[in-house]
Amino acid sequence: MIATQRSVSGSSQSPRSPSSQPYLSVSVTDPVKLGNGVQAYISYRVITKTNLPEYQGPEKIVIRRYSDFVWLRDRLFEKYKGIFIPPLPEKSAVEKFRFSAEFIEMRRQALDIFVNRIASHHELQQSEDLRTFLQADEEDVQSKVSDVVLGKEKPVEESNPEYEKLKHYIFELENHLAEAQKHAYRLVKRHRELGQSLSDFGKAVKLLGACEGNSLGKAFSELGTKSETLSVKLQKEAHQLLMNFEEPLKDYVRAVQSIKATIAERANAFRRQCELAETTKLKEINLNKLTLMRSDKVGEAEIEYQELKAESEEATRMFEMIVRLMNEEIVRFQEQKTLDMGIAFHEFAKGQARLANGIANAWRSLIPKLEACSSSS
Amino acid sequence: MMGNEEADDLHESREEMESLVLDEPSNGRSSASATVPDHHDPLLSSSSSSFSDRHNPNSSLNAFLDPPSYAEAIFTSFDPSSNGHETPQLSSNSNPRSSDYLYISISDPQKEQELSNSLVPGGTTFYTYLITTRTNLLEFGGPGSEFSVRRRFKDVVTLSDRLSESYRGFFIPLRPDKSVVESQVMAKQEFLEQRRASLEKYLRSLAAHPVIRRSEELRLFLEVKGKLPLAKSIDVASRVLDGAARLPRQLLGEEGMDVNAKGGRDLLRLFKELRQSMSTDWGGVKPLVVEEDKGFLERKERLAEFEQQLSNMSLQAESLVKAQQDIGETMGELGLAFVKLTKFETEEVLFESQNARAADMKNVATAAVKASRLYRELNAQTVKHLDKLHDYLGIFLAVGNAFSDRSSALLTVQTLSSELATLHARIEKLEAASSKIFGGDRSRMRKIEELKESIRVTEEAKTCAEREYEQIKENNRSELERLDKERHDDFMSMLRGFVVNQAGYAEKMANVWEKLAEETSGYAKDGS
Repeated sequence: MIATQRSVSGSSQSPRSPSSQPYLSVSVTDPVKLGNGVQAYISYRVITKTNLPEYQGPEKIVIRRYSDFVWLRDRLFEKYKGIFIPPLPEKSAVEKFRFSAEFIEMRRQALDIFVNRIASHHELQQSEDLRTFLQADEEDVQSKVSDVVLGKEKPVEESNPEYEKLKHYIFELENHLAEAQKHAYRLVKRHRELGQSLSDFGKAVKLLGACEGNSLGKAFSELGTKSETLSVKLQKEAHQLLMNFEEPLKDYVRAVQSIKATIAERANAFRRQCELAETTKLKEINLNKLTLMRSDKVGEAEIEYQELKAESEEATRMFEMIVRLMNEEIVRFQEQKTLDMGIAFHEFAKGQARLANGIANAWRSLIPKLEACSSSS
Repeated sequence: MMGNEEADDLHESREEMESLVLDEPSNGRSSASATVPDHHDPLLSSSSSSFSDRHNPNSSLNAFLDPPSYAEAIFTSFDPSSNGHETPQLSSNSNPRSSDYLYISISDPQKEQELSNSLVPGGTTFYTYLITTRTNLLEFGGPGSEFSVRRRFKDVVTLSDRLSESYRGFFIPLRPDKSVVESQVMAKQEFLEQRRASLEKYLRSLAAHPVIRRSEELRLFLEVKGKLPLAKSIDVASRVLDGAARLPRQLLGEEGMDVNAKGGRDLLRLFKELRQSMSTDWGGVKPLVVEEDKGFLERKERLAEFEQQLSNMSLQAESLVKAQQDIGETMGELGLAFVKLTKFETEEVLFESQNARAADMKNVATAAVKASRLYRELNAQTVKHLDKLHDYLGIFLAVGNAFSDRSSALLTVQTLSSELATLHARIEKLEAASSKIFGGDRSRMRKIEELKESIRVTEEAKTCAEREYEQIKENNRSELERLDKERHDDFMSMLRGFVVNQAGYAEKMANVWEKLAEETSGYAKDGS
């Protein structure tokens, strides 16, 4: 649903009110495990609510699985070159983790965000493939899993210094973000570990307190209990940290990787344009030669030349479109990311503050009890 | 006061003013907050606690963080009014009842040559330490005395052995290990420092003991320059058979070395014989030590239980400290990653939005680095607080020794009693037998006389042993009382310190994060 998404697109946005304004609202819900053993997978309910005429009706519910989302992403990538297709969460490699509640929830959220970003993008939302994805009954959708090849930087001959800077920026950005994300993930783990050790510590303190009968024993037992309480807080915060800080960072990384894919596309288009321009030129020279020679092959050559010229112009147009779209997209992307990260940082700060205050209050409340214990001894 | 000092041996923490140089493009060195040039990055420095950071960041990255302010300074979570027993490292080792003090410090390890050993070319070397004492105790010559001696580790071993012999039944602090392996494996400087510190701690704990601090052995050790005037041990027999250490002087002569008196020699012979009979008895029936004091047994059991739980808690405390260290480190690494990101986003600005992001990331980096420092400080304090647990584990070892002293003494009494019974039985038999052999009477009478003499000596020994046993029992009792009280105070103080420490640092961290939340509040939905 558009209203609750963090990544609200800055561009044309369908308002929420259902009556007159056009709207397209999608939600990905209800993950369900289907199948057995190695074949097992998670299916999701994708609910579309819309008043757009191209759609079949005000509401449609379909069942989709991860590979269907991949299909959608691939189709859009093919058709809308130059536009940054929103990233998908990755396939999880680890078998054990694949069906953990946390992973499923994280994926569901990420898929929901994915679809909504498409639905709120002024170009992508008009895609026929999107409509297919949202409406087609299960048998009709072709599930084709194809991995987009995000290769290393292919040798590009564009000698555009601005563009070079941009590419360098994108590649470096990915490295830095990945590092930040790695540490964010570790931080989550550390929270869990600290929580665990506080819990163990609390238990040990309580056991020691049980040996003492007097006020000292009481003090120990109070401390032990507090320690266990704080352990719970830490586990909770670990989860929050994962959802609200680490995941957005990961999302940012994925987005940057998606841009790299577009960069590769642009390079391809450029190369194609160059090759065709080159070939066309050669054909032209050949044609002129034949014309001068008054060869009877002129007619044939003329036709070939025209065809090639059209192709070349098409390639040039294609390339220019990619460039144009890319420039627009990148500005939008940057602004969007600033917003996304700003929110993530804010949540991070709030979460840590909440945790720290909780810890401080818990320990503070213990002090008068300890004073009472020591004075009554 | 501002300085670059790290927390040292004292429990009071100093302000850790590791400032980072602020190098904004618009203004030069900011003079408003008096910054001291940074000598080491907080994430680089090795603190005096045993945890060292593994980072090695580029110090130019520091330029992107603001220097810490006074408000974030460390505070002390230690009771200034704690009694001397809790903190043997405190400079004024004072008895709360009077103003007596006995302050010991160890320094200046020096290499010396062993003179007597001529087999090894060049002789063997050993290290001595300068031991400086400041005191106003009367035993040492009155108010304001200060003096130093040089001692080697062997001397400390001697001191420790002698104290064990003389003060049986007391909870005598254990001396540091000989650490033979470590001395080979560790770097020289490190080993010397470790040994110096452990010796200092040991001597200070002796000085903190109300009875031991007044002992002659300790005084000789601290005061007498030159060779240590303590023999390694009083005598072999008494080391094996307990109780001889406190034999009346008329029996043993001077400090155990002079055994001129006949009675003394007889006693020694007696004890040697007893020792032999005891050792042969091991093969047979081991004499049972029957501890009759039910109250004592109960106490002993409860203490054993306490010790076990203490040991467990100590283990968990170590885990906790490790976990705190880890989270601090990771937070620091996260901060660094954001520092790099900030630098990256400001280096080449291609888009407007980068500026906003860079500002945000800088705030996050600052907060994370501050939090990381706070974790580190929290942990250094936590270690010091929870160290008390380790100290008590050591104390329990001393308690074990004292209880052993008691059972050994009881064994001696019981052994002597049974020996007496045997002797009486033999006399009875001899007296009952009539002499049928001519001249047999005389040898029988002579035997009886010898036995009577043995009985006399043995009875004296038994009286001694009983006195010794009673003394040890009393020592045990008074020490247990002292332990209970000190244990109560020490642990309460430890718990309180731990809790105050945790609360204090949590509050500081909350401030750091609240600031960041405020800085990023523009992004909040619904103005949360």
